[in-house]
Amino acid sequence: MNTPWTPPYLPQGTVYGTLLNFRREHALWAPRMSEAPYQAPPQAPVLYIKTANTFTPSGHAIPLPHQLAEVEVSASLGLVAGEGGRVAGAVLFNDVAVPHESYYRPPVKFRCVDGFLGVGRDLLPFDALGGFAGLARLSLELRVHGVLKQTVSLADLVRDAATLWADVNAFQTLRSGDVLMLGTDCLSDGTRPRAHAGEAVEITAVGFHPLVNHFTEELA
Amino acid sequence: MKHARIAWAGAVHDAIEADGQLELLTPAFTGRRVAFDEVVWLPPLAPIARPRTVLALGLNYADHAKELAFKAPEEPLAFVKGEASLIGHRAFTVRPEGVRFMHYECELAVVIGQPAKRVKKADALQYVAGYTVANDYAIRDYLENWYRPNLKVKNRDTCTPIGPWLVDAADVPDPQALALRTTVNGQITQQGNTKDMIFDVPTLIEYFSRFMTLMPGDLILTGTPDGVVDCQPGDVVVTEIEGIGSLTNTITAEQKGSDPDSGQ
Repeated sequence: MNTPWTPPYLPQGTVYGTLLNFRREHALWAPRMSEAPYQAPPQAPVLYIKTANTFTPSGHAIPLPHQLAEVEVSASLGLVAGEGGRVAGAVLFNDVAVPHESYYRPPVKFRCVDGFLGVGRDLLPFDALGGFAGLARLSLELRVHGVLKQTVSLADLVRDAATLWADVNAFQTLRSGDVLMLGTDCLSDGTRPRAHAGEAVEITAVGFHPLVNHFTEELA
Repeated sequence: MKHARIAWAGAVHDAIEADGQLELLTPAFTGRRVAFDEVVWLPPLAPIARPRTVLALGLNYADHAKELAFKAPEEPLAFVKGEASLIGHRAFTVRPEGVRFMHYECELAVVIGQPAKRVKKADALQYVAGYTVANDYAIRDYLENWYRPNLKVKNRDTCTPIGPWLVDAADVPDPQALALRTTVNGQITQQGNTKDMIFDVPTLIEYFSRFMTLMPGDLILTGTPDGVVDCQPGDVVVTEIEGIGSLTNTITAEQKGSDPDSGQ
């Protein structure tokens, strides 16, 4: 109760997202991975960047662009880099996207829309989470308007957090403040939960403040 | 005016070009001039409060699209890079061991000057602070067809030299009429002109600002023309754009310990 107030966390570096890093989605995609245009299953981690214009603090609204009825919402855990290649801590994210079927071309217009990254209030120290081993025991829950839509277990990663961290740092050093999101899971039919204007999306995990963002219609 | 950001005498300084020298803007050294080879050149970009957005274009010159055996795209083929891949003029870029095809890409880089949201093409150039040269290296061995071009190809440490100058937009009346060229060890290997861009600078600003707010200091790397060749450790690669600058970079081998290339 006597925890001193700290300012809400906002990413200080580049935020990377990871595609196809949950076993369920990877398995659903596997039969198509060797077909055109992909030709082969991905070898390196498939990454994308969430640009700074997407950052929306918890409690703030995310506007839906005109003519977009719904968006995908996804619970993700982001590892925040500290000095010397270490993980400093972790943050909850709501990784929002325009639904897209193809993973062939970079998803800038689907993922870098203004406001499309809900950012959890607090950065929890990595030690407090029990390090990489502790992460694997963590579950994230996603609710739309109070209704539980998805439970994401970090035990279900294709590359576990330690492996992903190492594989990404092998070609691009994550600098202090950079964030690596571990990925987002799909539902059993391969889709992701959707949000519409007027709905609130809440993402929770034990130990973290809930991340809440309301979706609104974009002002003209 | 041509602006640079340099390290000299134990600190970082803003400077401008003056008669073939760098004139420091730092209050303690106002008016002092130093030679180009006395300094370490940093990316010519002022620090900003939030993570910098670095947008880049693939296949934005018709001839390069043809060279890579693709038809010209119907909308910009855009991707995003992390700021950590940027390095300055006269720096070293690492060629990983065992790769077969690593090539430069000489590109006009646009630096945004004021917040841009839903900007019309006709007004777009008013949002540009200036221009610089970027060399957007690619290592084709790592290409995969997942969010292609994927980050392992395009977002590597040391693989985006940029500079030497940020040239004020006012000094570049027509960004679509600039000759580009690259030399490797003095031999011309790439030549083009920004007039051959498929999506010109105003079109790109209109396109991106339709869904994202561009902020001061954000970058758009506008793609490269025909003529990319493999580069080996020791190669000196100079990417040059008329009126903007001549950006020198040296390829070095991946290794641990001392660097045999760093002594030239």
